[in-house]
Amino acid sequence: MSDLLTVSGLRKRFGEFTAINGVELTLPAGRLTAIIGPNGAGKTTLINLATGALTPDTGTIRFKGEAITHLATHDRVRKGLSRSFQIMNIFTRLTVLENVLLPVLARRGRTRVPFSRLEGEGEAVAEGERILREIGLQEHRDAPAGALSHGDQRLLELGIAVAPEPELCFLDEPSSGLTPVERATVLELVRRLARERQTTFVIVEHDMDVVFSLADWIVVMNRGQVLAEGTASQIRENRQVREVYLGEEVLA
Amino acid sequence: MDTIAFQGLIGLSLAMYLWLISAGLTIIFGVLRIVNFAHGSLFMVGAYLAFTFYGQLGLPFWLAILLSLLGTGLLGLVMERGFLRRIYGIDEAYQLLLTFGFILILDDAVKIIWGGVFRIPPIPAFLDGAWPVFGRPFPVYNTFILGVGLAVAVGLWALFEKTWWGRTVRATASDREMANAIGVNVPRVFSGVFVFGSMLAALGGALGIPVRVVAPGIGATMIIQAFIITVIGGLGNLKGAFVSSLIVGILSAYGTLFFPVFELFFIFVIMAVVLLVRPQGLFAR
Amino acid sequence: MPRRLAALLMVLVLVLFALPWLAGRYPLYLAMRILILSVFSLGFNLLFGYTGLLSFGQAGFYAVGAYGCAKILLAVPNLFLGLLGGVLAAGIAALLLGILSVRHTRIYIKMLTLAFGMMIFSIALKWRDFTGGDDGLVGIPRAPLEIPGLVSLSLATMERYYYVVLVVALLAIGAMYRLVRSPLGLTLQAIRDSESRAEFAGVPVQRYRLVSFTIAGLYAGVAGALLAPLEATITPPEAHWSTSAEPVLATLLGGAHIFGGPIVGAFLFFMIKDVIVRFTQYWLIWLGAIVVALVLGFRGGVASILFGRLLARRAARVR
Repeated sequence: MSDLLTVSGLRKRFGEFTAINGVELTLPAGRLTAIIGPNGAGKTTLINLATGALTPDTGTIRFKGEAITHLATHDRVRKGLSRSFQIMNIFTRLTVLENVLLPVLARRGRTRVPFSRLEGEGEAVAEGERILREIGLQEHRDAPAGALSHGDQRLLELGIAVAPEPELCFLDEPSSGLTPVERATVLELVRRLARERQTTFVIVEHDMDVVFSLADWIVVMNRGQVLAEGTASQIRENRQVREVYLGEEVLA
Repeated sequence: MDTIAFQGLIGLSLAMYLWLISAGLTIIFGVLRIVNFAHGSLFMVGAYLAFTFYGQLGLPFWLAILLSLLGTGLLGLVMERGFLRRIYGIDEAYQLLLTFGFILILDDAVKIIWGGVFRIPPIPAFLDGAWPVFGRPFPVYNTFILGVGLAVAVGLWALFEKTWWGRTVRATASDREMANAIGVNVPRVFSGVFVFGSMLAALGGALGIPVRVVAPGIGATMIIQAFIITVIGGLGNLKGAFVSSLIVGILSAYGTLFFPVFELFFIFVIMAVVLLVRPQGLFAR
Repeated sequence: MPRRLAALLMVLVLVLFALPWLAGRYPLYLAMRILILSVFSLGFNLLFGYTGLLSFGQAGFYAVGAYGCAKILLAVPNLFLGLLGGVLAAGIAALLLGILSVRHTRIYIKMLTLAFGMMIFSIALKWRDFTGGDDGLVGIPRAPLEIPGLVSLSLATMERYYYVVLVVALLAIGAMYRLVRSPLGLTLQAIRDSESRAEFAGVPVQRYRLVSFTIAGLYAGVAGALLAPLEATITPPEAHWSTSAEPVLATLLGGAHIFGGPIVGAFLFFMIKDVIVRFTQYWLIWLGAIVVALVLGFRGGVASILFGRLLARRAARVR
């Protein structure tokens, strides 16, 4: 397995608060990793740093061997990185199809076309429709995205995240706020996408059921550092991890 | 050399007016997250009210200012409670448009109520005169303004650092949900802050009446300069607003001295330079 | 577009072309002002309704277009060159100021654009030698439209100038229509809905904001350039924020989220102003009251009142 993302010596402070305090992490391709940890552990900050929403104070981030520490977000997306958001972040006034069409157009370099009709972008539209079928939203194709149910919007989030055909995709709490049925749908989708698209997913999650059912590898963070890494059973037996989670019931 | 130092002092006094209006703008933005376009109009209303009480009704200067503050504060309360409150939470562009509507209303209202341009009322006797500074007569009134401005700066610092209200406001500014959760009456804090900011603007306007013309357009010029100061200093940053006011005030005074034709343009150039070099403002956290 | 609407529009365009025979000088003048404001407002709305950026300084570019055209016409009486020059000048100004402005958050952009608009106003006011100071530029000729080898049209009459304004406006409206329905238009709307998401879709958001800003400036320039020969005098208030308010109001009145909103709004704006001005010289206060009422209750403008039910039905069908 090749290493997709390497993070070393990463540090990030917000005023007096140190969010990331020396993180070393390697994410190889093909392995579905989950990042867990209590609130404030730095999970979302790590994603923000990896995807370019923030720049670190020190440290380097490499993607497929290339340093991307200070690269702009949209350039990282072009190189094969992507993410979904914890708080719903879709294009609410655009139609469902247009939501996934945009990243497709961006990847094909067609976003700057000023006068030809959108409907005329045949290949892009076809690809967008294919993505909609993958995530099961094709019948809502022309509906405004803001009108979808919460669960469907989450699926759309996923769709937009994978539309640029990323090699590495961060999912920030993909199951938050979903009913059990919706959650199962989302998880199944993630599994299928990981298999069919050969996208390496990295999931930040609080829900342990989700983590244990999906992840091949678990990274535990606490106070801005990586506390432990390993397979599900290794993590379950790690004493430090159990202490951090205040009670062994959670991991039982 | 003396001329330069003297002009610098003139600039400092000018800076105090800018500081008073910028402080209110900054505080309102820091807590309510609204850029109050109508802030210049509040400055103007403060000036008109003070003029009416002092220049036309002949009340004592300090009383006129006090009444002006109260009147403008009341106006601010009406604006916030009656109108702005209804659109918190929707796209901030509409909040801006609403305050813009206020500008239109207030500008004409002032013309309707008070008519056109006015004479300048006499400086109150005990603040009149000048004393020699750097070999030239420096008006006592300007010194008074400097004093007030500095007092306000120190007072604001003390207010927000030391008092219970100040700390409540800061808590609400940094996390309003959390403040709500611990029992802070957030809507009331919002109203209070808006009124407070309005009164600061009114103070700036009121203090200016013996030396500046009271006219319908004064709010517009001030608000532009207040915006520039805020951009240079960093939005929501009170310390930044103070220092930027000093910078803009002093440089503006020198601009008038050396490049009279391009005076206002000069300030824009400063802003453009700051933006290119440090887009988030000189003092942004 | 629904067939009934298309037919209605075609009738409207025919009426516009026939207007000089149907109406007298004043309605013709009014129609030109409405067309000019429509172009101005469409440009503004590309920024506001489609890209999500509120600019209070568009009058700066409007004035640059007007002054630019005027200066050229006063030197070389050729309308084509005047229009072209005015538009280019406005576009360049928009590009330069845009580079300074678009990298900021939306809040800063609102303040910055206001400041820049007023900066242009103060330049127009103070630079007597070039702009004529507060007297402005006067005696701007309604120069003939001359494109060597193609057209040589004298525009001495108002009717003829009307056709120039009409054709240019229709072209501008048509181009904007194509623009907002293109991939570029989609990209801008995505930026409006979520800049962070657009970045993560691979869109260099800042660059596209600049594109939108420049186009809006070009449109303002077209409007300003058309204004100069019509009014024959251009003064600094054309750059003042109160002029910047006109496309804002027109868009708010007509509806920011429908293509034709700003055009409808431009029409309403002049109708309302015409009525109010007959009764009082204090029409700004009424305008302000209308803005407040719109913002509090009718944010979608007239369009939302007319089409609101249609849009709500579309949304409801999904659930």
